[in-house]
Amino acid sequence: MSDTAAHPREDDPEGAEEPAEGADDAPAADPDETPAAGAVSTGAESVVAALEAAGAETAFGVQGGAIMPVYDALYSSSIDHVTMAHEQGAVHAADAYGVVSGEPGLCLATSGPGATNLVTGIADADMDSDAMLALTGQVPTEFVGNDAFQETDTIGVTRPITKHNYFAGGADTVGDTVGEAFELSRAGRPGPTLVDLPKDVTQDETDETPGPAAPPAGTDPDPNADADAVEAAARAIEEAERPLCLFGGGVIKAEASDAARTFARTYGIPVTTTMPGIGSFPEDDELSLSWAGMHGTGYANMAITHTDCLIAVGTRFDDRLTGGIDTFAPEAEVVHVDIDPAEISKNVYADHPLIGDAERVLDQLTAAVREAPDAEAWRERCAEWKETYPLTYATPEDEPLKPQFVVEAFDEATDDDTIVTTGVGQHQMWASQFWTYTEPRTWVSSHGLGTMGYGVPAAVGARVAADNMGEPDRDVICFDGDGSFLMTMQELSVAVREDLDITFAVLNNEYIGMVRQWQDAFYEGRHMASDYTWMPEFDKLAEAFGALGLRVDDYDEVAPAVEEALDYDGPAVIDFHVDPEENVLPMVPSGGANGKFATAEDQL
Amino acid sequence: MSGDSSDSRPATDGGSAADAPDDDSRPAPSEQPGPEERPHPEGRRNLEGIRIDPVVEAEHESRRAVISALVEDEPGVLARVSGLVSRRQFNIESLTVGPTTVEGHSRITMVVEETDPGIDQIEKQMAKLKPVISVGEVSGDAVTAELVLLKVEADDPAAVHAVCDMYDGRTLDAGPRTITVQLTGDEARIDDALDAFRQFGIIEIARTGQTALARGDTPTAPGEKPGTAGEPTTHDS
Repeated sequence: MSDTAAHPREDDPEGAEEPAEGADDAPAADPDETPAAGAVSTGAESVVAALEAAGAETAFGVQGGAIMPVYDALYSSSIDHVTMAHEQGAVHAADAYGVVSGEPGLCLATSGPGATNLVTGIADADMDSDAMLALTGQVPTEFVGNDAFQETDTIGVTRPITKHNYFAGGADTVGDTVGEAFELSRAGRPGPTLVDLPKDVTQDETDETPGPAAPPAGTDPDPNADADAVEAAARAIEEAERPLCLFGGGVIKAEASDAARTFARTYGIPVTTTMPGIGSFPEDDELSLSWAGMHGTGYANMAITHTDCLIAVGTRFDDRLTGGIDTFAPEAEVVHVDIDPAEISKNVYADHPLIGDAERVLDQLTAAVREAPDAEAWRERCAEWKETYPLTYATPEDEPLKPQFVVEAFDEATDDDTIVTTGVGQHQMWASQFWTYTEPRTWVSSHGLGTMGYGVPAAVGARVAADNMGEPDRDVICFDGDGSFLMTMQELSVAVREDLDITFAVLNNEYIGMVRQWQDAFYEGRHMASDYTWMPEFDKLAEAFGALGLRVDDYDEVAPAVEEALDYDGPAVIDFHVDPEENVLPMVPSGGANGKFATAEDQL
Repeated sequence: MSGDSSDSRPATDGGSAADAPDDDSRPAPSEQPGPEERPHPEGRRNLEGIRIDPVVEAEHESRRAVISALVEDEPGVLARVSGLVSRRQFNIESLTVGPTTVEGHSRITMVVEETDPGIDQIEKQMAKLKPVISVGEVSGDAVTAELVLLKVEADDPAAVHAVCDMYDGRTLDAGPRTITVQLTGDEARIDDALDAFRQFGIIEIARTGQTALARGDTPTAPGEKPGTAGEPTTHDS
């Protein structure tokens, strides 16, 4: 394995200044910008040369028989490789690396079980539109289709969960294929791509160096929205009495957070985000209503219910956001900005479809709106909702430590640029509700797929990305649940080996708590298979891995433990034993009306 | 939790300890207006996310549409298209595929039964597939045809041949017990022919599904440059 110590990038320490979506000046498509690949002698060297030329700096993976030629070519490459404990760790780490850095993540696995272990993470990246390239080993071409040892139809298995996948045809062309797949992953609407690499293709000799990489024709769409459509949308915004911005994950992917802030502030339009859009707009801003949806704030859901003009940017109107479609923003004219035409009117009809790059189209809109909508009364109403439906929780003396308190304690102890990763479940909701996010690419979570176990490997990928960006002082906090932590905790060994400065805060309620909450609400309290009283002692487990392990049971232990873990230079795990009965509120029941969110269990 | 532990608790803007002065004047969740105590708008959207006009409800009826796609003839392209259709639960009646005038290109023709927004989604999702060069609905008066092979009992060969002639069919195989005929034509014609053949007892049937071309010099798939064999067509950008 090559040396995996992260090193600061020399070229662009800011890391994420270039538009990631379909912009004219995107770095990938300009052959003049693409360094020539070095001389090669095998297909595997051509693969690595293409990756280097495309700007890949770090790969996450697990070795294996069919991928060995590629690993051998990585031995003398400038690309750092981080060996993970499990391929699921590799794919989530690559995904998070991409989220934090703004560059496509890269992961490698061998054929058969290696490739199938990537599937969850590829599906996760697909649902969240994260740019990522997965390289999988495959049995030699002559054995394909024969049920050979460690053979799986990786192309077939991953077809529905990739933006596109490629079966490498030969050593002479494999470098170009890999380069194209890398660029396709970030062209237009980002997403995961995969190249399946039969072992003969990577082992065969070739002197064909890969050409300049570019996405396939037609996959890098026009970043500008139709001018007439922009004008029509601008008139609708001007005439609105109750305008509302809804910023989704696409705002962050398009590096459009600044443009989004400028637009909203210029015209005094209140802002909600989706969960993936967290960080696109500062939650401490007067205009912010935080995020909307099933466990979003009451005030965001009130605003989204009563708006008469919804300016939705980079969101696909997931059901967790909309609740029942019949009651979603039912009186709103919808302005929908998206790079993917297929998202227009897929779930919610767009009165004003604006197809283009989020940053570019927000700039177009900012220029096209001539006067701010007359929304003073609406802003006051939104402010009243913030007063009426605050996110609060009680801390009675006779009840155990509340998980929300832990999240707030970390938020107070860290800076705004701190990166938060999570698993999936109640802890994820508390980490998003009770932490004030102000910057894009600081919230790293699994949204569309809802993958338990995402948090630990994502923290590894996020830490490596921050270090590569020359930002080793940024804190990386992984809020995890006991159930999620148990699924991928083997990656703690990687954090120890690489001496990664990460704090893992396990909000341990000895349940898969979101399931328990639903069982209490909808299954008459039958805790079938959700009771996790059999959890190990995570602090001792951390020590066994070689990390710092702490345990917290009471309020007065929280602050000292947080301080100790943050001060510790390396991976630290705090096992917070929190109230097992605490529920995530508010809650819009599945398929219900956003405006009818429950603020207490008896309303479910 | 011990009684004096609250003194060491960092102040947060969330919690209020029972043993500490309650300085959080904000309403606790249990004190906030419940779901039925809040204002709710009267408006609604239909299942397709379209705002319902109280006067004219926007309801879409399913209709039959012929979708034609020009695709790169690469391994797996049919699996990509059929997988997309099944994964997204589009109602599809038939799918045919075959080569075009251009080496390396194929035409996929699908007959679907969907609402207008559903047809729109099929076209948009198909267009996102990398091997799809262009795709669109074939306009209403498209030229459509289907081929059917039909095996019937041979009890009355003369009558079978008479019906076959009536529908411009061809006899492909005739034996003492069975006769197999080939029929082509648009859907209505094929359905009529099948009705006529039922009297003889249909043993087996194989249908290709509809294939289609746009009438006149209209391109069948949007942006498609009708070519002649040997001349490459240009990609739709």
